[in-house]
Amino acid sequence: MAEYLIQTVGLPEWLTWSLMAVLSAVLILNLMAGGALVFIWAERKVSARIQDRLGPTRTGGSFGWLQSLADGIKLLAKEDLMPEGADGMLFRVAPYVSFCASFAAFIGLPFAFDMVGLRLNVGVFYVVAVLGLEVFGVILAGYASASKWSLFGAMREAAQVVSYEVPLGMCIVVPVMLAGTMDLVTIGEKQAGWFTNWYLFHDPFTFVVFWVYVTCAVASVNRAPFDLAEAESELVAGFHTEYSGLRWSFFFMAEYSSMFLVSGLAAVLFLGGWNGPVPLATLAGLSEGTGETTGALVRLLGLANLLGKATLGVLIMMWIRWTLPRLRIDQVMTTCLKYCTPIAAAMFAGAMVWLWVFPGGVLNLDDGSRRPGEIREGWLEGPGGRAPAAATAPASIPAEEAVAEVAG
Amino acid sequence: MMQALVATHTLLAAGSPGINWHGFFFLLFALLACGLALAVVLADNVVRMAFYLVLSLGATAGLFFLAGAEFVGAMQLMIYVGGTLVLLIFGVMLTAQEPFVAIRTSTRDKVLAGVVGGALLAVLLQAALTGPAWSGHTAVDASAGVSQPTATPLGMALVGVRVDGDVASGQPSPVDGQVRSGYLLPFEIVSVHLLVVLVGAAYLARTKRRKSSASVRDEALTGVVR
Amino acid sequence: MNLLSDPVGVSHYLVVGALLFTTGVVCMVVKRNALGVLMGIELVLNGANVNFVAFGSPVLRGEQASLLGLDGQAMALFVILLAAAEAAVALAITLNFYNNHATVDVDRADDLKG
Repeated sequence: MAEYLIQTVGLPEWLTWSLMAVLSAVLILNLMAGGALVFIWAERKVSARIQDRLGPTRTGGSFGWLQSLADGIKLLAKEDLMPEGADGMLFRVAPYVSFCASFAAFIGLPFAFDMVGLRLNVGVFYVVAVLGLEVFGVILAGYASASKWSLFGAMREAAQVVSYEVPLGMCIVVPVMLAGTMDLVTIGEKQAGWFTNWYLFHDPFTFVVFWVYVTCAVASVNRAPFDLAEAESELVAGFHTEYSGLRWSFFFMAEYSSMFLVSGLAAVLFLGGWNGPVPLATLAGLSEGTGETTGALVRLLGLANLLGKATLGVLIMMWIRWTLPRLRIDQVMTTCLKYCTPIAAAMFAGAMVWLWVFPGGVLNLDDGSRRPGEIREGWLEGPGGRAPAAATAPASIPAEEAVAEVAG
Repeated sequence: MMQALVATHTLLAAGSPGINWHGFFFLLFALLACGLALAVVLADNVVRMAFYLVLSLGATAGLFFLAGAEFVGAMQLMIYVGGTLVLLIFGVMLTAQEPFVAIRTSTRDKVLAGVVGGALLAVLLQAALTGPAWSGHTAVDASAGVSQPTATPLGMALVGVRVDGDVASGQPSPVDGQVRSGYLLPFEIVSVHLLVVLVGAAYLARTKRRKSSASVRDEALTGVVR
Repeated sequence: MNLLSDPVGVSHYLVVGALLFTTGVVCMVVKRNALGVLMGIELVLNGANVNFVAFGSPVLRGEQASLLGLDGQAMALFVILLAAAEAAVALAITLNFYNNHATVDVDRADDLKG
């Protein structure tokens, strides 16, 4: 498309590339905002069904489709209050910090084979690191509000999120180890084929690690039963007690999009990413490279797969939220430090031994590329699929060999 | 900021000749990093300082990405920004007597520090701009600016294998013929160091042992606190 | 020198590093809040990191980078790790100080003064 703009329309190149960058940013932004609308509606319906109610039924037809849009308009029209004692600058900027953090993390998440904002060599690491910055918005909001409820919420959030990053990181290391790379696109590619190739089913240890990951992910995005930062029965509304109107809704957009993000990350790391449970495209003899139209079709299928898996993850989080009671702060910390961390560490060691004992995996139908030797040979393989380095001698990286970045 | 990062890489991959986008984003991040670092010095409120510091460190991570050090950049975001500074803000909250603590410095001290800092800056800038090997950098065109993967070679170096010349195999680096050693020992030392720090910090910051329940009750009754 | 069209070199990064270092030193000297001093230290370390990364960067130095190889980045990693450790210990000391003196003003830490 960029080439089209340059050659046919005759735009100057710098303008074209800026436009392309803005375009991909706007796409992700729309995904976040639109996703938040859908998920808020879904949350209302899910919670209503779980509690044997109907939920919204009138706005926009019989299912209340337009309920969250109506809510959004109400929020836009609401007066934007700021407490008198608040630290104005920080109070204003905090929701945007939260929002930007979860937005920036989306850049590294692949939506289909090469539909990724930025293919980073350290993809997983980047996503987790940037997602961790979301906590800053919450802490700043809690502190700047000059309200004790907010401050309590912020302190709980700080303690909780920093602690849960430890087991979360350990869980993420397991698929990284199996794939031999931190590049999310490669991790997804390695799970192509039948669903038995998914890392979830790679060995018993990864199966357990997945559930630890789910626990930690729920905790790290502050969803019930770990939503102590906004425990409404104790802290009014926690860190966003003093917020109203549009700023408040930014916190919510950030929350829903990080839920979506951790679900998407789970999908890529454990559930095969954009590869469906049954390799439909491969069975039909199609692949990303077979042609312009079919390639696009395969990518769309992959996109649908990933979005479906991520949405399923979000729905499960909602189910959990409306089923389990909230934990106390000490129970939250106990869960993290006494259960999640040791289990994740043990499973990490177990998966490592498993990889050593059964190099090809056990359930693999088509014996893929996961032999340790091959990983060792291919470990220098860059994002662009550079040829593996020489097998025995320590290889060098030629400086002039630049790897083409795949930009969505 | 991260939007800009995406744009950078898109542009770098494209290698557009007109504007030097690498330079443009370098300027952007450099100005952000330096400006916010100045803001850290000038701010009085300690939480605002922390906030500016976060942004400054984030912009520095952007600089690392631009310099092709992706792993270090992500590490910076994860450990520095996500870990250390959350810890700092946590500390601020634990030690704040009243909301929005500001401990001010006298103007005399500020002026003095400004003079000393200016002198230091002048010396450093002199060194930075006149170093013989540094000023004449090898011109890198934007198309070569896309980084090579750094995570794997770094990881291998940390467990003792250098891909760019290894002592163990006696194989010199094919680039410049030098032999280098890995970082296994420093890596282990740092690991043990972190463990020691973990234990030490927990020990230092622990709550003091509670006295017997009787004395606590007495204190509560008489209103005398240690 | 046109900054927009000239390629960025090591000296550009060195200038940024120098600025960060200097602001950090000034911050350490000026702030009376113990946590402010800690932030100054972080800035100083960060400035040093910028230099390390710049010297080891293949993007900035091209072939010359092999003189330093990965060492620059590995050093930067160790600096980040040690900074995290240092912050944890310093924070613990600060909390201890606060528990004993009910302040974090470093000028009040003069118990041992004759």
